[in-house]
Amino acid sequence: MNNREETLIPKVGVITDVRIDTPDIKTFRVVTPDGKKAFDHRPGQCAMLSIPGVGEAMFSITSSPTNTEYMEFSIKKCGCVTEWLHQAEVGQQITIRGPYGNPFPVDDVFAGKNLLFIAGGVGLAPLRSVINYCRHYRDRYGKIDIVYGSRSKEDLLDYKEIIDEWANDSGVNVHLTIDREQPDWDGHVGFVPNYVKELGFDTDKTAVLCGPPIMIKFTLEGLIALGFDKTQVYTTLELRMKCGVGKCGRCNVGSKYVCKDGPVFRCDELEELPNEY
Amino acid sequence: MRKCSLSAMNSVFAEIAKEAALYLPVDGKDGRAAYTKWEEGKEWSSALNTVKSPKDFFFPQTEDLMEFKTSGKNIEIVDVRGESEDFVVFGVRACDVKAFEVLDRVFLSAPVDSYYASRREHGVIVSVACTRPSETCFCQTFGIDPTGGAGDISVWKTENEVFWQSNTEKGEALMQKLASLTEECGAEAVEEQKAQISAIMKKLPLASLKADAFGGGKTAELFNAPEWDELSATCLGCGTCTFVCPTCQCYDIKDFDTGNGVIRYRCWDSCMYSEFTKMAHGNNRLTQKERFRQRFMHKLVYYPENNEGLFSCVGCGRCISRCPISMNIVKVMKKLGGNTNE
Repeated sequence: MNNREETLIPKVGVITDVRIDTPDIKTFRVVTPDGKKAFDHRPGQCAMLSIPGVGEAMFSITSSPTNTEYMEFSIKKCGCVTEWLHQAEVGQQITIRGPYGNPFPVDDVFAGKNLLFIAGGVGLAPLRSVINYCRHYRDRYGKIDIVYGSRSKEDLLDYKEIIDEWANDSGVNVHLTIDREQPDWDGHVGFVPNYVKELGFDTDKTAVLCGPPIMIKFTLEGLIALGFDKTQVYTTLELRMKCGVGKCGRCNVGSKYVCKDGPVFRCDELEELPNEY
Repeated sequence: MRKCSLSAMNSVFAEIAKEAALYLPVDGKDGRAAYTKWEEGKEWSSALNTVKSPKDFFFPQTEDLMEFKTSGKNIEIVDVRGESEDFVVFGVRACDVKAFEVLDRVFLSAPVDSYYASRREHGVIVSVACTRPSETCFCQTFGIDPTGGAGDISVWKTENEVFWQSNTEKGEALMQKLASLTEECGAEAVEEQKAQISAIMKKLPLASLKADAFGGGKTAELFNAPEWDELSATCLGCGTCTFVCPTCQCYDIKDFDTGNGVIRYRCWDSCMYSEFTKMAHGNNRLTQKERFRQRFMHKLVYYPENNEGLFSCVGCGRCISRCPISMNIVKVMKKLGGNTNE
């Protein structure tokens, strides 16, 4: 028998709650069969979830590390593994391994800073972990601004938590936007990059971006137009992964492996990579 | 240094095979050499090298990682890992021995790949010095010496004799078991052979190939080079180069439903394949040019950048002889390195 540690061998996890967030995003609560958190993580890290016989895929851990009871994953239905998960019921066992990747530098770089979170669509999933971590340790950070946009009101992830909790925190400003006007929406209408420019943030902030590649591209351009430097802006990447530890070769871009050198990158670091992520 | 007569090799193989599985290059019916488990009657091939590299010994083409038993909503994970048995790989060329170092840096860096590590610990590598390097050989471009001195034991074969030198504790332990079949000797014959081979090496057609234009830090300079278009234009994306390559280590993990359980296995994969990076929301390398470039940039720039300048090519020449459209890393190096008239 081989008693060595092996990262590729997962643990069993149990889905204990399924929350329908949007028409194509559900949030799954996962614990071990004895009801504990599968492992500790830092904000921005990921985990490999799998269904034996269906496949394994990398997901960002959307719950904050300060939640010591369980982990949550907000997952958009868009492929084999996610389609299967969306049909899963409470009590279903899956497998889980991790944590993988580098977290956001919440305890050093972000400490004492004003923070600007910008997300589009399911891109809020990885940021929710950081946002809730920073809200938990509220006195360690300055002002927090959150810009979040989606196609429609129904497509806004964590809408209830945003309205009931985030928007009520002191020193936290939430700016929501949707792509097109709709009858029960009196908030902002328009794409995230334009909204960020309209809001015209001061450059005394550290920004964290996540969303579709096109949104990241234009939002970053917008921030730079506002006077931000790329060293002030962080994002998190997503590429296909199999091992999660920089060996299978799939997420290799330049000399980096997104799974172990990322997924969190500072935007000036990304500039040094070949443009194929 | 010790030696035995070439005619005694059958006895030597029999002695080694008493305690460990012994693998060595044996000519197949098609005349091509392949690593084969030794048994009485198997002859040591005199071919320069095997068609497939010996990377399978540590990183098999497919291997089971674990099993799952499912019932209703429940899953049981079964750890199927065994500890590898002791084995000896005899007859490995210096290029392929160097390739193990390239693989080690991937699989033995934290977190250690336990499947690979177990095999690596239980395997003894016996290298054999090259006597007839061919026109596809370019190991010297990467500073590899094919005249001997690699692995746990180095072996030199002359017309009638075989010379042995252990390089590691593992090698020494095996040599002690062969003490009654070998005798102490001087190194003159080996030195003479080394000198002869070194002279041949200088005359090889690829002797002047240089890797100076490559290495860590060259991404910005090479990634957008216009030459990639022409170099990749005829690539079929068949992946043959990656499968015969002793250093290519990209892998896939797949599940197989056996009917009463699921086996999760690992298999070789290729960055040359169109689905290698394809995921639900898109593919970051859509064209064959991008995939072709990835393979060579990884070997010549990205890998060295992460590994103190060590290249992920050992000049074995397998891709040169096997590519169906006659494209290979040498052509890439010549074109991008500018040291050619082609």
